[in-house]
Amino acid sequence: MSIFMTLRIAVKALNRNKMRTILTMLGMIIGVGAVITMVALGRGAQATIEEQVKSAGTNLININSGNFQSAGVRQGAGMATTLTAEDATSLRQVPGVQYVAAGVNSRGQVIAGNQNWSTQVQGTDVDLPAIRNWPTKFGTFFTPTDVNTAAKVAVLGTVVADTLFGPEVDPTGQIIRIRNQPFKVIGVMTSKGQGPFGQDQDDTIFTPYTTVQKKLQGIQHINNITVSSETADTAPVAEAIGASLRTRHKLLPGEPDDFMVRTQEEIASVRTETTRTMTTLLAAIAGVSLLVGGIGIMNIMLVSVTERTREIGLRLAIGARGKDVLLQFLVEAIVISLFGGLLGIGLGFGLSAALEKFLQWPTSIPPNAIGMAFGFAAATGVFFGFYPARKAAGLDPIEALRYE
Amino acid sequence: MPPVISVKNLAKTYVVGEVTVRALRGCDFDVEPGEFVAVTGPSGSGKSTLMHILGCLDRPTSGNYFLDGKDVSKMSKDDLAAVRNRKIGFVFQGFNLLSRTTALDNVELPLLYNGSLKLKTAERHKRAMDSLEAVGLGMRHHHYPNQLSGGQQQRVAIARALITQPSIILADEPTGNLDTRTSIEVMGIFQRLNIERGITIILITHEMDIAEYGTRLVRFRDGKIQVDQKIAKRRDAAEELAALPPPEPDLQNVVGDPVPAEHLGGVS
Repeated sequence: MSIFMTLRIAVKALNRNKMRTILTMLGMIIGVGAVITMVALGRGAQATIEEQVKSAGTNLININSGNFQSAGVRQGAGMATTLTAEDATSLRQVPGVQYVAAGVNSRGQVIAGNQNWSTQVQGTDVDLPAIRNWPTKFGTFFTPTDVNTAAKVAVLGTVVADTLFGPEVDPTGQIIRIRNQPFKVIGVMTSKGQGPFGQDQDDTIFTPYTTVQKKLQGIQHINNITVSSETADTAPVAEAIGASLRTRHKLLPGEPDDFMVRTQEEIASVRTETTRTMTTLLAAIAGVSLLVGGIGIMNIMLVSVTERTREIGLRLAIGARGKDVLLQFLVEAIVISLFGGLLGIGLGFGLSAALEKFLQWPTSIPPNAIGMAFGFAAATGVFFGFYPARKAAGLDPIEALRYE
Repeated sequence: MPPVISVKNLAKTYVVGEVTVRALRGCDFDVEPGEFVAVTGPSGSGKSTLMHILGCLDRPTSGNYFLDGKDVSKMSKDDLAAVRNRKIGFVFQGFNLLSRTTALDNVELPLLYNGSLKLKTAERHKRAMDSLEAVGLGMRHHHYPNQLSGGQQQRVAIARALITQPSIILADEPTGNLDTRTSIEVMGIFQRLNIERGITIILITHEMDIAEYGTRLVRFRDGKIQVDQKIAKRRDAAEELAALPPPEPDLQNVVGDPVPAEHLGGVS
């Protein structure tokens, strides 16, 4: 029997029990729809991360002070005091380095008028806006003179500016108090949104690092150095920085680094990995519903074979071979699963679009997911349709004809 | 002419649980082309088993079955299916038409399983129409089985058996579900096919008067052939039908109760 005739007979048979066919199909529709939606969500999240990484600057290299060891007692990361402003300056000589900014972190209560806010105070250098590709909204960033004189000037993140002065108010020239010391606001950064670790990058205040060192912390060392490389190929630059710092810190071969060099790529890959795991997990859970849909097909096909025992007997008697009957039922199962798969892809698209529209969850459907879902649907049909079809093909024609 | 069917020392034993049933205990018989053999016998005498083996639906436990000179008892399942499709036409007591399928499509069905024929759809329809016309149902080709009377359904089944132009028709109690007049009509068709087309017919029945439409009577008892004789005075269905009073008006146009499902005989 030609495949076209087989297909026609299958569609006809499925048409006879419309309700049953639709319900069976629903299993596949939901299964495939769920898989597509979950993959779309995962991919959307991944795309968001990539976006964030790009916004932070792909050629970014962070150097943090490492742990230090005093008489065998190891302190935690960032406790070492060996990183200095001179280290930062020296990095400008490392080939491939574009900009360098030394950084000192602090926190403090900030007061402006009758408002106050606890936020982080990041001491940094003049090149930070260039490194992070982060311009100011109002006013200007501080100048080398401010850094050299440890001037009490502050550039506010938008969250801090909004909290202290209200949204869209230019606070330039106002005086705020950080840890009870007066700072002059000289600028407000534009909004940068969430950082690669989910932290709010706008909830911060920038001051010259020298100011934090001398006026707020009373320390000589710095906590981190932010470097941008000339190209996006950051790995060799990061290596050169590491080597240079080891020489400067006079570390012997075999001695551990007292600093940590991380490229943006590494940071991104960690998060991408996490999201990928999440996506896989979600897709696997959605896959379970596909499995259940497949079992539904198998169940209904078994019922169908039993119901149509006499028909099978007749077909065998008038010359159908076992494989003709096998194909007939297999094609029925595949038609259910493929058609269900097709509708499921539609459902997946609809759900993804709805999630994006109503919940603002980013989604993105990779084109190969469609092919994959379709392939999975077909495979489910073949896998779960095979047993009932083989059962039908293996019927004894005499028994089948007598079946009541 | 060599016999179309030749059966040598045929035996069939079923094992049902711990009980062994010897359905056929060695029977020999030949059927010449153009014969109309009526096989009778009480239930359990082995006539159905013989029918299944002759129809290539079952294989004998021992012995040989030559169909057109070829030993069928050693053929593979697929080869048997091809034999059933091309050489043998089946007519059953319960008609076994596919419900929700038109008469034409029902008749066409065997052609769909004939891979070597490769007929176009139009050609298949034409052959199915010819077949339906041969049993006098050309006008009803688009009817569904539940729109046809029992006799008409059986005639569709005969048309289906005819479509592959088989040399043998095996009919298993074809009149078992029909009234007297319809039975005579159906037997008339068989006689016509037998006489006009020379198709060999093997008819299983346990009604002696139906058996008398054949040319030869074979009676089974306990898995063996008890009687095998020529029918001395063959009944002629066409003559009898002419002698009967005219049929009642076509039931199609009469308001009546729907036929209960168990009498429809269709295959759901």
